[in-house]
Amino acid sequence: MNIYVLLKKTFDTEEKIVVSDGRIEDDGAEFIINPYDEYAVEEAIKQRDEHGGEVSVVTIGDEDSEKQLRTALAMGADKAVLINIEETQEEGDQFTTTKILEAFFEDKEVDLILAGNVAIDEASGQVGPRLAERLGINYVTTITNLEIDGDTAKIDKDVEGDVEKIETSLPLLVTCQQGLNEPRYPSLPGIMKAKKKPLEELEIDDLDLDEDELEPKTKTVDIFLPPEKEAGRVLEGEIDAQVKELVSLLRNEAKVL
Amino acid sequence: MSEKILVIGESRDGVLRNVTFEAIAAAKKVNAGAEVVGVLCGKESLNSQAQEMIYYGADRVVTVSHEKLATYTSDGYGQAVLAIIDDENPSGIVMGHTAVGKDLTPKIASKLEIGLISDVVEINLVGDQVVFTRPIYSGKAFENKIITEGLVFATVRPNNIQSLDRDDSRSGEVVEKTVDISDLRTVIKEVLRKATDGVDLSEAKVVVAGGRGVKSAEGFKPLYELADVLGGAVGASRGACDADYCDYSLQIGQTGKVVTPDLYIAVGISGAIQHLAGMSNSKVIVAINKDPEANIFNVADYGIVGDLFEVIPILTEEIKNLKVNA
Repeated sequence: MNIYVLLKKTFDTEEKIVVSDGRIEDDGAEFIINPYDEYAVEEAIKQRDEHGGEVSVVTIGDEDSEKQLRTALAMGADKAVLINIEETQEEGDQFTTTKILEAFFEDKEVDLILAGNVAIDEASGQVGPRLAERLGINYVTTITNLEIDGDTAKIDKDVEGDVEKIETSLPLLVTCQQGLNEPRYPSLPGIMKAKKKPLEELEIDDLDLDEDELEPKTKTVDIFLPPEKEAGRVLEGEIDAQVKELVSLLRNEAKVL
Repeated sequence: MSEKILVIGESRDGVLRNVTFEAIAAAKKVNAGAEVVGVLCGKESLNSQAQEMIYYGADRVVTVSHEKLATYTSDGYGQAVLAIIDDENPSGIVMGHTAVGKDLTPKIASKLEIGLISDVVEINLVGDQVVFTRPIYSGKAFENKIITEGLVFATVRPNNIQSLDRDDSRSGEVVEKTVDISDLRTVIKEVLRKATDGVDLSEAKVVVAGGRGVKSAEGFKPLYELADVLGGAVGASRGACDADYCDYSLQIGQTGKVVTPDLYIAVGISGAIQHLAGMSNSKVIVAINKDPEANIFNVADYGIVGDLFEVIPILTEEIKNLKVNA
C-alpha cells in the first residue's frame, strides 16, 4: 500500500502564546508534531506493518520542520518530504495549502492518506477534506478505528460522541481523532535509523505550480489575546453554607441559574 | 435582485439544532440586507423544520428530501448543497461548526475553489468589510480574518452568536427541490448512540466537567446527576479520560473539545494549561477542588475548596430546591 501522512508542526501544548504587532511570537517556542497528526503517523505505521507497503510523511513548512519529520521517521515512517515554502511571498491559507498538496500528489499513486482531524494551532480542520475533494477520492473525518481488507475499509467515525460504523473503499483520505491509537515513542534504534532514511526537500518551483495560483482567499488582519480573567472568589465557611452561597451567587450575581 | 446568503440547517433526531438559528443570525450580520435562504437535507418531509428556520429569520427555505440523505454523508449532502448553490448563486454561505459542518464545508469550499473561515465566534462590520473573529491555539489567542476573494463562507461555533427571537408570525416560501443523488462512496452501516442520553457537549449551556479528582468511572455519577438537574452536559479533563473514567468523546481541552457554555463547573480538575485552553472562555466558571493551590482557581469566578463527593450532592440538592421553588 502507498500510504501518505500529512503532518504539521505546532507549538507544544505547554507553550504560552505571546502576541506582538498582531502576530504570534514563535522565537524560542518548542514545536511538536501536531498531536492529531501523531495518531496519523502511528496508524500509518500500523497499517503498513499489517498490509505491507510504504509510509511517506509530507509536511509544508520551513527548514525547522525537518525535526518533526525525523521524529516521524524515527517512529517508523519510511520516507519524508518537506515542501519548503520559506521563500514563498504570500502568507497562505487552507486554499493554498491544498493547492500545494494537490500539485504534490498529482503524479503519486495513493491508496491511503492520513491526516490529523485538526491542527491545534489554527484549528480549521479543512485541509484533509479539501485535498480529498481535489484528488477526487473519498474521505472520512474523525476516525477512531480503521480496518482495511483488500480495497475495503471499515471505519469507526466519532460524531460528537456517537460512533458511526462506516464501510468504504480505497483510495481514501481519513482524518484521525483521539482514541484511534496510542502513538509510540521513537526508540533509540529508531532514532539512529531515521537519520539515514530519505528526506526529500521540494520548493514551490519543483511542483507544477505558479505562485499566482497560490493567491489565498482569506487573510488574517489581526491576532490578539483574550482579556485576562480576574481571579475569582474562593468561598469560605462550612461546606453547606458555601454551597448555599454559591447557588445564590450563580443566581443573583452571575445570573446563570 | 438582492444578494442571498445560504444557511445550511442541521437537525438531530428530527429537531433542528440551535446552531442553525445562530447561523441565521450570523448570516444577517454578514449582510443585513441579503435574503437569507435556508437549506435543509433529509429523508422525510422537512416542512416543519423549514417553518422553524423561517420563524428564526430565514426568508425562504429550499429542502431536498431523498432516500440517500437519511444520514449525513459528505457525498450525499455535498451533491444536494452544491446543486442548490448552483441554483441560487449566493454571495455567502453560513453553517454551524459541528461534526457535520466541519465535514461538509471544506468539501464545498474546495469544489468551488473558495475560502472558508471555520469556527467563528464573532462577526463585525468594519466599514464595508465583514471581519470574522475565531479562536486559535484553542482559545489561547484570537484572530480576525477576512475573505479576500469570492463567496463569504463561514462556520459558526455553537453558543457564541445570539440567535434572533422566534417569531411565528413570520412567513416565507418553502420550496422542495429534486436532486439526483448518485451512488454514495460511504455506507453507514450502523450508528452507536453513546452521547444522546444527555445534552450535546458543544451546544450545552451548562457543562459539569470532572478530572482525576473524581477518581473512578463510578465517581462521575454525582456529576451526571448535577448536570441533569442543570439541563447540562458532562465533560472531562484529559487526565480523567486517560485514566479510563470516561470516554474520550467527553474530553475538553487543547486536544478534545473546546466549549464555551454559560456555566462551567470544574470538579476535581487541577487546571493544566491544555485544559484551560478548552474552557477558559466560558462565561462563568466554578471550581470545586480539594487543593486550594490548584491552578483552576486562577480562572474560576467562584471556587469551593472541599471534597467534591461532599460538595456535589449538596449542590445538586440546592439546585433541585431552587428549581422546585422557581
